[in-house]
Amino acid sequence: MMSNLINRKIFTLLKVQYSNMLEYRVEIALWAISGIIPFFMLNIWTNNNLNESINISNAMLSRYFLCAFFVRQFSVVWVVFSFEEDSLMGKLSPYLIQPLNPFFRYFAQHLAEQITRFPFALIIAFFFFIFNPESIWMPNLGILLLSIVSTFLSFLIQFLIQSIVACICFWTEKASSIERLLFIPTLFLSGLLAPVVSFPAYVKSWIYLTPFPYLIDFPANLLSGNETNISGGLIMQILWIFILFPLFKKIWSEGTKKYTAMGS
Amino acid sequence: MNLRKYLKVYKKFLHTSLASELEYKTNILVDLITAILSLVGSIFLLSIFFQNSGYIGGWKFEQALIIQAIYTILNGITNTWFNPNLTEIVKHIREGTLDFVLLKPIDSQFFISLKKINPSGFLEIMLGFLLLFFCIRINQINLNLSFLTLSLITISCSICILYSLWFFISTTTIWFVKTWNAIEVLRSFLYIGRFPLSSFSFSLRIFFSVFIPIAFITTIPSEVFLGLSVFWKILLEIIVATIFLINSRKFWLFALKFYSSASS
Repeated sequence: MMSNLINRKIFTLLKVQYSNMLEYRVEIALWAISGIIPFFMLNIWTNNNLNESINISNAMLSRYFLCAFFVRQFSVVWVVFSFEEDSLMGKLSPYLIQPLNPFFRYFAQHLAEQITRFPFALIIAFFFFIFNPESIWMPNLGILLLSIVSTFLSFLIQFLIQSIVACICFWTEKASSIERLLFIPTLFLSGLLAPVVSFPAYVKSWIYLTPFPYLIDFPANLLSGNETNISGGLIMQILWIFILFPLFKKIWSEGTKKYTAMGS
Repeated sequence: MNLRKYLKVYKKFLHTSLASELEYKTNILVDLITAILSLVGSIFLLSIFFQNSGYIGGWKFEQALIIQAIYTILNGITNTWFNPNLTEIVKHIREGTLDFVLLKPIDSQFFISLKKINPSGFLEIMLGFLLLFFCIRINQINLNLSFLTLSLITISCSICILYSLWFFISTTTIWFVKTWNAIEVLRSFLYIGRFPLSSFSFSLRIFFSVFIPIAFITTIPSEVFLGLSVFWKILLEIIVATIFLINSRKFWLFALKFYSSASS
């Protein structure tokens, strides 16, 4: 009975958010386009023959960056911005009364947006293959499933981190600047702009202990067939979720006690 | 156009927006750390590119740093003036408050382009200048009058082009209402301004000098600093900047004809 109810809730939330997102197709298409920075980076790498020094062939590197693009598309999180707006405008109060944690609503929003985004990402990949026909490949089913799982885990890690940052809104009102700060290490260390293999040794020695390489580098390596430690990566992803989730629950329960219903 | 009146009005703009922004003092500190980290991150990325090769697209590491410096200055200017004001246009149009702007006995483009200011961008501009002075020292550039005038001219042209690009995209809001994500696309394209244009492949080079003249924004001023620039390039930049400025004005006046207030 209980699980049935939860199922229905999740299904309804997803349906509502999906129809909501379908309204903004052009927006989402543009958003998908704005994620093409990895392709510019690929252009610098191959055009200057920089990949020879890290022993990755042109085709493998293009696959890596295409996968990095895909992983990024399906792990983009913006919960802190929605939450900040809702909290500043006082829209949060009615959500808090409902017997459902408001973060479920945001979570459904993100999933719905990913579904809407999927066809656009495919179109971009199609154009990518037209320009780079030598990089066409087909991952086997097992690898494909594993990389979908690890992309979802990467999304979960980022969602949890941002939710924790969003809860800081309860204390400071403007949490998005902290998110922008956190975005910088994510951008440079996650492997979106350069694969982690190419990093200098003094960075590689500690980076695998942070969550960053598991956000993009690990799933992208997995999907593109580059060398990576599959079980180790998945374990680290799950470990980070186990660290972040209790943290989020703690800060959420502390924060709701502090909540003062702004704007109402 | 009464210049004196506009100066007086601008002083008032400065006063009110500074007063409201300084309310969030911790935010400014966080923004400063963000600016520093993002500069460190891009220099880190650049150092990865130069790890095993002395030249990228014919530029040495010390020379490529100049591009980073100029990018940082321009990015600071974007964050101080363009970003806060032009995202406001989107809000004005969606909520119908553009009516109030149009009714004021003052030029509407002036009003919406300069109303707000975000002081944390100043710190980024200063950071950029610090790096620029450092680059002037390590590249042993001789400062003389003709060099200073040329660099001043090219950088002002870059600012004009940048402003026009932002203004163009924000103006399209009149038709499309929500152009948040179009701004994101522009942002991601501008990102390639951090690297010398010659490090990209031929087709991308054409794209970024003809369709979106990002090439002009950072590469030409940097070439002036290094004494590598040719006269026709500088002339071309001046022409492009003028065309962009005039057209941004015309486009705004054209778009206003299609503006129908939100509530009527």
